[in-house]
Amino acid sequence: MRAEVLRFVLKRVALTGLMLFGLVCITFTVSNVAPSDPAALAAGPDATRDMIETIRREYGLDRPLAEQFWRYVTGVLQGDLGRSIVTTRPVAEDLGRFFPATLELVLLSMTLGILVGVPAGMLSAMLKNRAPDHATRFLAVSLVALPAFWFGILLQLLFSVQLEWLPTSGRLEVSTAPPPTFTGMLLLDSLLAGQWATFGDALAHAVLPALVLSFPCLASILRVNRAEMIEVLASDYVTAARAHGVSPFRVVCVHALRNAMLPTLAIIGLRWGWMLGSTVLVETVFDWPGIGLYAVSSAIAGDFKPVMGVTLLIGLNFMIASLVVDLLYGVLDPRLRTAS
Amino acid sequence: MSLALQRPGFAARHAATLRQLRFYAWSFGRSPSSMLGLAIVLLFLALAAFGPWIVPYPGDGSGAMNLSNRLKAPSAAHWFGTDEMGNDLFSRVVLATRTSLWVGLTIVGVATLIGVPLGIAAGYFGGWVRMVIMRVTDIFLSVPGLVLALAIVAALGPGILNGVIALSLVWWPGYVRLVEAKALALRSEPFVEAARAVGAGHGRILALHILPNCTSPIIVKASMDMGLAILSAASLGFVGLGAKPPAPEWGAMISVARTYMPNWWWYAVFPGFAIYLTVLGFNLFGDGLRDILDPRSSRG
Repeated sequence: MRAEVLRFVLKRVALTGLMLFGLVCITFTVSNVAPSDPAALAAGPDATRDMIETIRREYGLDRPLAEQFWRYVTGVLQGDLGRSIVTTRPVAEDLGRFFPATLELVLLSMTLGILVGVPAGMLSAMLKNRAPDHATRFLAVSLVALPAFWFGILLQLLFSVQLEWLPTSGRLEVSTAPPPTFTGMLLLDSLLAGQWATFGDALAHAVLPALVLSFPCLASILRVNRAEMIEVLASDYVTAARAHGVSPFRVVCVHALRNAMLPTLAIIGLRWGWMLGSTVLVETVFDWPGIGLYAVSSAIAGDFKPVMGVTLLIGLNFMIASLVVDLLYGVLDPRLRTAS
Repeated sequence: MSLALQRPGFAARHAATLRQLRFYAWSFGRSPSSMLGLAIVLLFLALAAFGPWIVPYPGDGSGAMNLSNRLKAPSAAHWFGTDEMGNDLFSRVVLATRTSLWVGLTIVGVATLIGVPLGIAAGYFGGWVRMVIMRVTDIFLSVPGLVLALAIVAALGPGILNGVIALSLVWWPGYVRLVEAKALALRSEPFVEAARAVGAGHGRILALHILPNCTSPIIVKASMDMGLAILSAASLGFVGLGAKPPAPEWGAMISVARTYMPNWWWYAVFPGFAIYLTVLGFNLFGDGLRDILDPRSSRG
């Protein structure tokens, strides 16, 4: 039994490694089909032909493709993702600098999505085909259809410009000194330092972007949770629990929810990577200095090394999330341990 | 009796099919949200087809200059107001439907052309063919399409054509997943086995027996994806990597409009609402199609 679990875990980890290698192949291919000359780009607009040639040799761009690929793969394995032309820093360093801001936003949105999506899905399932159910379902479809970048602008208009309740963009007021850096996540750092005013300021800045980012996630959690809940509520063991006089609240929130949460968990894992991707739009609207904004500003400058770095980082996150979900499935549903 | 020799009419020959279609139409019409979706989709198609003849200022689509009229608030003459060049925003929003339509059709079309054959092959042949195809699909699915598209556009250079190419190249994995599961279930069905038993080749079985039975979920997904593809292309336009002004495109319009916020609010509001309505329409329409064509999977 234990050996089987270990074998499953090892196989799953090996598969993740293989997929990561595949992703590196994709980013390498994309970088190399580029019609723009990376050496000319790195040398700048006024570079002479000699300077471009020097850079070409320096970066190894004159070597055969197979050798370039080998250097690229070994570089990525050592955390070398190239250098950003815009910031002139190594991409890996930039990612380390910008990722905490994105992580903070995504964690906040994910919490929001779960806290609203799960109860709304349950409610919808319990009141199936009644007015609140139709309303939540329509809301779910609407939230997916809302262009995040546009809705962000509307929220800015309402809450920042009209009502002046919340700041428009950024992570902190210019007048607020950032807290001492532990994690790079301002909310956490200001809490750790006990700076409540800074915490409040950071939270006020995070509310709107987190809200916009949470919508698609909320919608899919709601849909999946509703569907599962309907199925579980119709199952025999729920009827049995009801027949035994278990209170309706306990039946729904304890007996049924436990089983309905499994597919919801899968969606949460899937959404993790997707939300990191959506930050591309949300961070652009709210000038949130995370990896999304970094990817966009680099892409506009034609500087694709950072974009590839962000792609790899998001892919890695997605793979780790689905690995964790798979392992959690085994923990939460003992039947799967022997089945696989 | 000459009656028996007479070739039966169209209605008689296709009675079963017609009955099925009538049933589909009836059950589709019973759902208000499906009908709302259909209405929005039809409106969108009509605007794309007849836009240049409907709008009050057709010339504004290509970006005429009329600086005395710049940034006017919505009025009877300019329903959605005017932009920084003095162009009528209502005309531009309507003319942009055509761009969005071809963008959506191209992305979804290329994605099905790549994804469906791969999915059918993976599900039908199984073994190492399936393993290779599905692993590659999983790798593509591990990065959100928009990010991968951003990477490709960064390499190819900005522009709407490159944006569409990039999105088409990242959109197919969903179809592989969808069709693979279906083909896997179909390949052990008795009618497939029967076809094999009478000597049908792989090509014939795939084209005539497997593919037709996969069409319902493909149609459903394609109609849902139309909206999402339009949204993604608009997203690229918004971050400045898709369509470039003055070409009328919703995302690019909002991108420019951002610099005129908050005083000239209408500039961003109307193009965004057009995107929202279009995506909502295709989503509701797809949902409705799923309810009638693929009822077993419509649990949500």
